[in-house]
Amino acid sequence: MSNYQVKVEKLTKIYGRRLIFKDITFCFNQNGIWGISGQNGSGKSTLVKILAGIIGASKGSVTHLLGEKKITPDKLHEHIGFVAPYLVLYDEFSAQENLMHVCKIREVPFNKEKVDYLLNEFLLYDRRNDEVKGYSSGMKQRLKYIFALMHSPKVLILDEPTSNLDSSGKETVYKIIQSEAASTIVIIASNEESDLSLCRDVIQLEKYKMIHSEEGL
Amino acid sequence: MVWKSILFLLMAFVIIAGISFPIVEHPALWYQFPIIPGLEEKAKIIFFHVPTSWLTVIAFLTSTIYSVQYLRKKDLDDDAKAYAAAQIGIIFCILATVTGSIWAKFNWGSFWNWDPRETSIFMLLLIYGAFFALRSAIEVEEKKASLSAVYSIIAFVTVPFFIFIMPRIMTGLHPGSANDTNAGPVVNFKMNSNMLLVFFLSLAAFTILFFWMWRLNYKSIIYKDKLTKKLV
Amino acid sequence: MKAYSLFKKDIQSELRTRYAINALVMFILVTISVILFSIGSEKISEYLTGGLLWVVIFFSAMSGLSRAFVSEEERGTVMTLHLIASPNTVFTGKLLFNLILVFAMNIVIALLYSLIFDSFVLKNLSLFIVAFILGNIGIASSSTIIAAIIAKAGSKGTLYPVLSFPILLPLILTLLELTKFSIDGASIGESYVELTVLICYNVVILTASFLLFDFIWKD
Repeated sequence: MSNYQVKVEKLTKIYGRRLIFKDITFCFNQNGIWGISGQNGSGKSTLVKILAGIIGASKGSVTHLLGEKKITPDKLHEHIGFVAPYLVLYDEFSAQENLMHVCKIREVPFNKEKVDYLLNEFLLYDRRNDEVKGYSSGMKQRLKYIFALMHSPKVLILDEPTSNLDSSGKETVYKIIQSEAASTIVIIASNEESDLSLCRDVIQLEKYKMIHSEEGL
Repeated sequence: MVWKSILFLLMAFVIIAGISFPIVEHPALWYQFPIIPGLEEKAKIIFFHVPTSWLTVIAFLTSTIYSVQYLRKKDLDDDAKAYAAAQIGIIFCILATVTGSIWAKFNWGSFWNWDPRETSIFMLLLIYGAFFALRSAIEVEEKKASLSAVYSIIAFVTVPFFIFIMPRIMTGLHPGSANDTNAGPVVNFKMNSNMLLVFFLSLAAFTILFFWMWRLNYKSIIYKDKLTKKLV
Repeated sequence: MKAYSLFKKDIQSELRTRYAINALVMFILVTISVILFSIGSEKISEYLTGGLLWVVIFFSAMSGLSRAFVSEEERGTVMTLHLIASPNTVFTGKLLFNLILVFAMNIVIALLYSLIFDSFVLKNLSLFIVAFILGNIGIASSSTIIAAIIAKAGSKGTLYPVLSFPILLPLILTLLELTKFSIDGASIGESYVELTVLICYNVVILTASFLLFDFIWKD
């Protein structure tokens, strides 16, 4: 359906003269679920942050292509949904207000139907007017999914998608990921077997470089 | 090596000429300087004080150029160069302030008068100080490099206000102030040609001195960095 | 428009948490009362009151204006902002927020000040107002970009005035001069050069900030 591609070429990240990874090259060229795994400290989170354009790379390039068109860095955020344990939403607003503000700042119409549907799916509908301050970490994690899915992104980047979630939360997430995968590129950075089993292909990060797995990319 | 010898010769000449050449009423011989009314022997500060502040400005400029370079290329070596230039800059900035201040005591009557030029060198000191304070507050090297680069560029764009605009629109004691009847800095008038020659040689010597010190400094910073990190 | 929405979010958040406002109000009170105590029953000259006004404004600005970025950094919501807005939007939004804060704060300070100090009489009020507006824009823009730098650095509180002072000084010196002029009753035409300096300063700082903000924002 959508012909979005994420191309990574010779990506290198150095933090204060310390090498995180070097010369990573791959391409996510089809919709579906793609995985990134590797030991703690192998640079998974750094890699997904670079993919999402939150931090810059030291060398190499990440290209997001929509059809033939390159997406410029200042438009990139419109096409990306991102969920991670270290993502924080505004504490002083309720879930509803958080989502409203985000919509306005992105300048996309507030799709009430979709938001209500998602709120119901993630069992937050009844608490939608409570301040996020009072949420448990699992609830916050679920809210982040709504935040990430609300604007129908072309790329969904999930860093440790199931952290803090109970088993019913996990099931909802898997269900949603699988339905999203039909129309978007879903990238999962995780070490959990159950997360990775969903993926069509997994990239292994190890000792500064990348090891291919399964079929070639 | 060539540059070092040139530097040595120039510096030696400037120091000997600047200090020992006599100031007489009607200069006839090649080594005699003319009297500038109101300054007399004290006029000789121009051979050392002005080049010192000149070096400060070059150091600041170099530091900014390499800050821009760092932001473009993200090469930590450029950051080391910017940092090294700033380190030399602050030393000479202090020297210029101190020499100027001592001289002011004898010529203008007090160590500090808040003359616009004094304000501007004080500003440069503050900027350098802030630059080092910022650098020491940040742990991660990339962050340290890019934030201090941004800061030094922002400081650099506001500095012309001090160096070029303030002294012109505010009254002051230095040559070239708003209430100074002479059009330009002291260089354009009252100095005869041999005085000018020594002055410009001194500027050249200090410029070479800066580049020599700067190269030594940034190399040692980079080596130290590589030794402690042992990587890349 | 996006920047305006971001600005509205900040305002709403500020109204809820009172992160900056409380500190600011107290700071204004504290500085003004310190000045009052130190003056006592002494009669001070007009020029000195003009100068002290900018001292109060500078220190109050230093107490509250870094919040725009520091609050995001402290709560860890920076990444969220990354994901919903481009750097330009973020900077414009924060700049708007600081502009409102600076204007509100400085109007309060100036009013309080003219009530308290009888010797603070401006012969040319319109010149002062022009200078005041231009000065506020300058203070807001340079303190916004410095706040962005500070937010990413470690020791936030103490470093802010240290970094801001050299950047703000040409502005403050010019403003002092202009305040002196308006106390003397000089016309706008006579203060043409100083006003141009203010405008140049604002243009230079704003351009530099928009160009450089990208580098601060993306770490």
